[in-house]
Amino acid sequence: MLDNVKHIILILSGKGGVGKSTISTQIALTLLEKGYKVGLLDIDLCGPSIPYLLQLENCDVHQSDNGWIPVYTNVSQNLAVMSIGFLLNNRNNAVVWRGPKKTAMVKQFLTDVHWGDLDYLIIDTPPGTSDEHITVMENLKNVKCDGAIIVTTPQQMSIEDVRKEITFCKKTGINIIGLIENMSGFVCPHCTECTNVFSKGGGESLASLAHIPFLGSLPIDPRVGELLGKACVKELSGSTSAQFFDKIIDNLVK
Amino acid sequence: MTTNNSSMENSTQVPEHCPGTGSEEAGKAAACAGCPNQQICATTETNKPDPGIALVRDRLKSVQNKILILSGKGGVGKSTVTALLGRTIATTDHDLNVAILDMDICGPSQPRVLGVVDEQVHQSGSGWSPVYVDDNLSVMSIGFLLASPDDAIIWRGPKKNGMIRQFLSEVDWGHLDYLFIDTPPGTSDEHLSAVTYLSQAHLTGAIIVTTPQEVALLDVRKEIDFCRKTNIPVLGVIENMSEFICPSCQKSSEIFKATTGGAATMCQELNVRFFGRLPLDPKVAKCCDQGQNFYDVVPDSPAIKSFENIVQELKKLTPVSVVVS
Repeated sequence: MLDNVKHIILILSGKGGVGKSTISTQIALTLLEKGYKVGLLDIDLCGPSIPYLLQLENCDVHQSDNGWIPVYTNVSQNLAVMSIGFLLNNRNNAVVWRGPKKTAMVKQFLTDVHWGDLDYLIIDTPPGTSDEHITVMENLKNVKCDGAIIVTTPQQMSIEDVRKEITFCKKTGINIIGLIENMSGFVCPHCTECTNVFSKGGGESLASLAHIPFLGSLPIDPRVGELLGKACVKELSGSTSAQFFDKIIDNLVK
Repeated sequence: MTTNNSSMENSTQVPEHCPGTGSEEAGKAAACAGCPNQQICATTETNKPDPGIALVRDRLKSVQNKILILSGKGGVGKSTVTALLGRTIATTDHDLNVAILDMDICGPSQPRVLGVVDEQVHQSGSGWSPVYVDDNLSVMSIGFLLASPDDAIIWRGPKKNGMIRQFLSEVDWGHLDYLFIDTPPGTSDEHLSAVTYLSQAHLTGAIIVTTPQEVALLDVRKEIDFCRKTNIPVLGVIENMSEFICPSCQKSSEIFKATTGGAATMCQELNVRFFGRLPLDPKVAKCCDQGQNFYDVVPDSPAIKSFENIVQELKKLTPVSVVVS
């Protein structure tokens, strides 16, 4: 199913709530803006965020002879999305599953979705180094996977979990494209003073410690979280965040 | 003491469509054909209650209040709130014994937040001795069992389950008034195991932590649904990072905007108690990174005042009776 996908990129972080899904969404949308055909796969089964972030919450997945048809964000079908969120009847329902069931679901997402021709497939993951991650890693072994982008916030508490994720990648042979430090500062809208809410520089020092490329730091911009399906590079063009995504994607497609 | 960390399990152990060992179909379903455990499942041996449940019940007899800290979403401050709860109760009332159990196997944070990163756990005749942060505050975490902070626990569910059982049944807590159990995000193995093992141990209830934005509330609603499905009483919801007070101009701004009304509205919708809001204070966050007691470092932080109110309300819900020994 992934034969016609040219590039596969994982978005990982040992820590939750650091912005994996927001960054996955913006990376997909930026690639789309640049004219690529993109797929976005959400394998966070207990807390799928992608349908909300792209405002696709009431969409359904259809079955065809070729497998599951992903949800497309527009008629030109340049952005295909798959998430367990599309399979739930009610957005408040919990998916209370143990590992083996999650493993089977992730495997289905990787083998049964008819993505068609894609330039990029972005895979958003839940926090941790457990069932979902092991399954993805095993199933991508035989496919060409470009590697993982790791997301962290600057404070020690997050860095510590992310170090474990880097060990996971190294142990399982996943190439690390680089590390993004998210939420690295907040510019007060009243006095424009920049405060390092969650400290600063942790990502960069982690990257040099672990000998992985540092892709840059992204300040907190509440507007990015509210874009809901719109590309930051287009809507907030000129902002630090837009420049950041522009740069990341230019490096990625090189 | 060390565990066999960073090991990986053989992923082919469980058939893809395994009906579950507790299911009526266990050992009889089509997927069971060829499974090495088919015989065991078919004899209904697996339907008997896990002996761990009784062990946990006996071990936690001397613990009055057992409270889970849950959130569907990661990074909302579960570990920080857990540590704040433990610290606040232990610091303000020296007669109370408090303990924290860190059930986040893949990303343990409690050793860092409580400033006991390099401590070790010791084994004694009566079980594992937890690490003492203060005279009346102890903690247990998988972080103490790892040789290096880079070590990753790459375990699938069943192995995590075994670790949680050990944490609940083999730690020698002594007499406790409060045991706070910090959990990883989600509604999966760790949560189900905790609920199963605590099923006869009189779990007091769960405190749910969230941040104000919809993308977090979305997952938190699922967690409340989980509590209802598994019959865990929800004690209440704490909204963390509600506002940010700029340290230079003292004005408040919303970093994570409550576009859908925040936790208060969600609590009304779902009919659960709203404990209150906690502001985002970089100084408290820094204390947590450095493992200091914020009561010593920033006693006048607005976050601490909000927190004391929440603790008071919690104490009303979970009275501590005097034990006559």
